[in-house]
Amino acid sequence: MSYTKRLDKRKFDELRPIQAEVGIIPNADGSALFAFGKTVAIAAVYGPKPLHPAHMQDPERGIIRCNYNMLPFSVTERAKPGPNRRSKEIGMVAGNALAAVVDLTRFPGTVIDVEIMILQANASTRCAGINAAAMALAHAGVVMKEMVSSVSIGKIDDKIVADITKEEEDYHEGEGPTDIPFTMTSRTKQITHLQLDGKIQTHRFKEAMEAAKVACDKVYEYQLRALKGEKINENK
Amino acid sequence: MTTEITEEKIEEDTETESKKERKLVIPGETIVSGEDYLPGDFTRKEGKDVIASRYGLAEVSGRVVKIIPISGVFEPRRGNTVIGRVEDVTFNGWLINIGGPYTSFLPLAECPRFINRNDIAEFATIGDVLSAKIWNVKKGGADLTLKSRGLGKLEGGRLIRINPHKVPRVIGKEGSMINLIKDATKTEITVGQNGYIWLKGDIEGEEKAESTIKLIAEESSTSGLTEKVENFLGGKK
Repeated sequence: MSYTKRLDKRKFDELRPIQAEVGIIPNADGSALFAFGKTVAIAAVYGPKPLHPAHMQDPERGIIRCNYNMLPFSVTERAKPGPNRRSKEIGMVAGNALAAVVDLTRFPGTVIDVEIMILQANASTRCAGINAAAMALAHAGVVMKEMVSSVSIGKIDDKIVADITKEEEDYHEGEGPTDIPFTMTSRTKQITHLQLDGKIQTHRFKEAMEAAKVACDKVYEYQLRALKGEKINENK
Repeated sequence: MTTEITEEKIEEDTETESKKERKLVIPGETIVSGEDYLPGDFTRKEGKDVIASRYGLAEVSGRVVKIIPISGVFEPRRGNTVIGRVEDVTFNGWLINIGGPYTSFLPLAECPRFINRNDIAEFATIGDVLSAKIWNVKKGGADLTLKSRGLGKLEGGRLIRINPHKVPRVIGKEGSMINLIKDATKTEITVGQNGYIWLKGDIEGEEKAESTIKLIAEESSTSGLTEKVENFLGGKK
């Protein structure tokens, strides 16, 4: 039996109910919350500020220091707190995905700290995190070329689907699951981050990329609305 | 011929000037499209579109489109009066944290009082609060001076921090808002343009003033702010 209907009854190109809001952390220079259904991420931005230790400073440009952190209660089995291999890697790719659109030349030798926290995880946490972080950066008044939006495209069995859940990630019938997180810029649709977990044929990958463009546009609409002051919660 | 054109242009300019409308934009958003617009602060032109590079209020005045930032860290400008905390003492001055991207420097020579060169920590040491003026902005930070009226060390009291872009709201038109708070709470208040605010009075007054300022910062964009603040100040008495 092939994957004809999604496990949560969504359409193949439909996102989960979105939650988006800015200004949730009063002490940060900019902050935001972004959620895909049960995956909830918050992000805080501090800076630009002086960077210590001084050997990390770049005299030509500022740097982005991005931390991704899954909170202990975010998953069913308690996650051991603190950085691990996975979180360091995701922090790095998220930082790179964001640095592509941020104007870092304005304040050389400084740092912009981006903290991403996952409150609740149900797959696509890095995408929710990047979306929240992009909103938080804009909210912090950082000069950016454009926004970035992130979404995970999956190939579940032989179907290309948008915004996959944990249940779909664990669907092992037919061709099995493939998870491709994409991050794209809002205006020019350039890819600033791409990962792939699983297997996919070349022509299907092109299909996935087209699906990503459509899905990222949808995500961008939510980011735009939230930054203009709306509190979006489609979960209820 | 040429004079006619310029007159027409001026008329157009004044017309658009009178109905300045501001709208909230986000980075990458197209503010206006058309050949006759010029990109100003935090905007750029791509083809016909004028695009925002920063989150803030977009304003079209005449042909120029610019963005007025509403968030972000303090960007030092010459002549700003700021409040900061001493971060380090060097042999010829003090390193002062005034918020923003860089630490600023207050040289000993810019201090009008006599200070013993061998023990400059006597005047101000790590953790002390000073109000100072920026006299020079350079690549790696700003230089401060105390040579002006009302500047110097701030003793006692408390230091609070708000977004520097909300400082004009806290001060109000010709200081109306800040005087309102000062009178109602009987507190001495010094507002730095970097968003650091120093309060001194009795504990209740300080508490009241602090919560009032936080309220103003939170509701800075709503109308009837003065009334709200009056109610807030009058309410608890």
